[in-house]
Amino acid sequence: MISEDQAALEFRAVGKRYGAVEAVREVSLTIAPSQFVALVGASGSGKSTLLKTINRLAKADSGEVIYEGDPVGSLPLPALRRRVGYVFQSIGLLPHMTVGENIAIGPRLAGEKLSPARIAELLELVELDAGMATRMPDALSGGQRQRVGVARALAGDPHLLLMDEPFGALDPVIRDALGVRVRKLHDELGLTTIMVTHDMAEALLLADRVLVMDAGAIVADETPQSLLEGRGGAVAQELVAVPRAQADRLAELAR
Amino acid sequence: MSEIWQALLNLGDQLAAHVLLSAAAIALGITVALPLAVWASRSPAVSRAALGFASLVQTIPALALLALFFPILLSLRAVFGEGLPTLGFLPALLALSLYALLPILRNAITAQANLDPGVIEAADGVGMTFWQRLRLVEAPLSAPYIMAGIRTAAVWTIGAATLATTIGQKSLGDPIFAGLQTQNWVLVLAGCIASAGLALIADGLLGTIEKGLKTRRRVLTFGGLAAVALGVGAALLANFGGSDERRIVIGAKGFSEQYILARLIGQQLEESGFSVDYRDGLGSAVAHRAVTTGAIDVLVDYTGTIWTNQMRREDNPPRDAMLEEIAAWETDTSGTHVLGRLGFENAYGLAMRDERAAALGIESIADLAGAAGGMTVGGDPEFFERPEWIAMRDTYGLRFAERRNFSPTFMYNALQSGEADVIGAYTSDGRIAADGLTILEDPQGAFPNYDAIVLLSPGTGSNAAIRAAIAPLMGAIDVEAMREANLSVDREEDKLTFAEAARRLADRIGL
Repeated sequence: MISEDQAALEFRAVGKRYGAVEAVREVSLTIAPSQFVALVGASGSGKSTLLKTINRLAKADSGEVIYEGDPVGSLPLPALRRRVGYVFQSIGLLPHMTVGENIAIGPRLAGEKLSPARIAELLELVELDAGMATRMPDALSGGQRQRVGVARALAGDPHLLLMDEPFGALDPVIRDALGVRVRKLHDELGLTTIMVTHDMAEALLLADRVLVMDAGAIVADETPQSLLEGRGGAVAQELVAVPRAQADRLAELAR
Repeated sequence: MSEIWQALLNLGDQLAAHVLLSAAAIALGITVALPLAVWASRSPAVSRAALGFASLVQTIPALALLALFFPILLSLRAVFGEGLPTLGFLPALLALSLYALLPILRNAITAQANLDPGVIEAADGVGMTFWQRLRLVEAPLSAPYIMAGIRTAAVWTIGAATLATTIGQKSLGDPIFAGLQTQNWVLVLAGCIASAGLALIADGLLGTIEKGLKTRRRVLTFGGLAAVALGVGAALLANFGGSDERRIVIGAKGFSEQYILARLIGQQLEESGFSVDYRDGLGSAVAHRAVTTGAIDVLVDYTGTIWTNQMRREDNPPRDAMLEEIAAWETDTSGTHVLGRLGFENAYGLAMRDERAAALGIESIADLAGAAGGMTVGGDPEFFERPEWIAMRDTYGLRFAERRNFSPTFMYNALQSGEADVIGAYTSDGRIAADGLTILEDPQGAFPNYDAIVLLSPGTGSNAAIRAAIAPLMGAIDVEAMREANLSVDREEDKLTFAEAARRLADRIGL
């Protein structure tokens, strides 16, 4: 087990370029265990790329990422990915496998068979009926599919949960409900969570800590509270202004 | 109708050989195409190169592709030794596999390219290795599309496999080529029905597997696979089961006389207790090469053909001297044995309709020289490439207005209908008398002598029992007997089968 004061995750001068484009520039930062971190920025700001350097879906060109004391580059790739839960924007359920098989895929790759009881338990965590295990993904609604996606990410008992725009494709009501559920799971399971989103409102409402990225660099690292108080700089405040203005207008309309 | 039934029921051997050849070609095509498709999905350059090559192969006519493997394998003997077969199963397998490559490859590459990138990312994200991703995600998701490609390949291959007959591989093409030769439409139809039926069945079974993969119904997938396996297994049993005694393989070039003589020799051998098999419809050069390499055991060939085409000789010695030299040459170059003359000559000659020749006052090829400028000359596909034609043309200074290729059978029809004025005919052909044709004299002796002779492959020539079985035929068949036999299968009405014609011929010559 890791001690309380050890960082769950540490970026040391991580850089990544795609051809001429510098997607991530020299990012250094430490994330403590049990933090819920939102990584916010405009499209192309490098937030997804930075997230992917953690489980090496994108390989850092320079610097290194340390996960629970180990440089991720030193871990065997399949082992690393099994220790890190990952939720995709595209959901990415395997269409030829049942919901249950999808949830059990990570442990299965490690040669471990997940019991039906454990699959039922995971489905329950994301508020789905245990009977869903035998269904095929195309029989599910979008929201149900992403819940399965979250259950799959949790199947290997990871300490770290990465989410890349997890609710981007969902309708607003489901999106809100699922956000709340994930935050609850984060607390109940004692996870460290990093969520990439372009929606500042979502970040402010769910996260303990908000990182704002612009052109490959972290330009703000604040709590939701301090962002709302006007700190974090121009780029961050520009993003905060949108939900704030919306809230103001809604309040006005309600008056 | 019952004739077709009878013909179909006689196709058991051909059907089994056809199934095995097609199945082996498709299996080899799959074995090459799938790894190539995986590689291509990782490298656009490989993808372009592989698809380009497969498409290029597809533009080569199947008949030519099959024929091309003969020289290719011949040259490969330098590497693999003399044991490498150049005719029959191996070249047919290789050519058909190449042909099967394109649809499988194209579907496999397209299926890979169209896989949902989100699913692929997820497969990586949950920690799959390259092989796990291939096995657990890419293969099952691509399988229905790949199966559709295999289905297309199967239908093409089963159709194209009929052409394997021309390079000495038994197939459902045998009755088609034999029937085309003699305008025996029952045989042609039987061959077409059998190969089309086989293609439909294969398409149906593979379609069932495809549907099973697509809808994830294992019953369909495994049911279809089991049915395919059963069919191939039955063909294997039919082909290799039963007696494994060695069969004597008798070759025949693609015209009636050859088919009949092959049966005549076959019947003699069978009477002596041998099992025989026929390789029909071989090209002239292929047939000679086949007997010298042991791909077939027995062949009837013609002295003039060997003299000019294989030995590349241009002089024209008397017939006994020519035969002696040929026998010596065959022994020296390959060990092939010349058993002797059958008794008749089947020369190339130029033929015209009697009344037209009479009207124009043409009796010899020399007379033709003046009139040729307004005439069309017809010949079989080999004729105008043969040195005899070139020698004859140059000797008499013939310049025809036009020349056209016909299959030997249709050549005579063309002469009757006026589409050709002169044809390169065969002097033992029964239709010369039946159609009222005149063979023009050859006063300068431009055409060599064409005595029909029996060749035995190097391995067979030393077998005294085989030689004894065929020996009664030597010198026994005169040209009248041969013409009558040829006509009995070539005429429009009341056609005999080759085997019947061979039996009648045997009766006539007192065997």
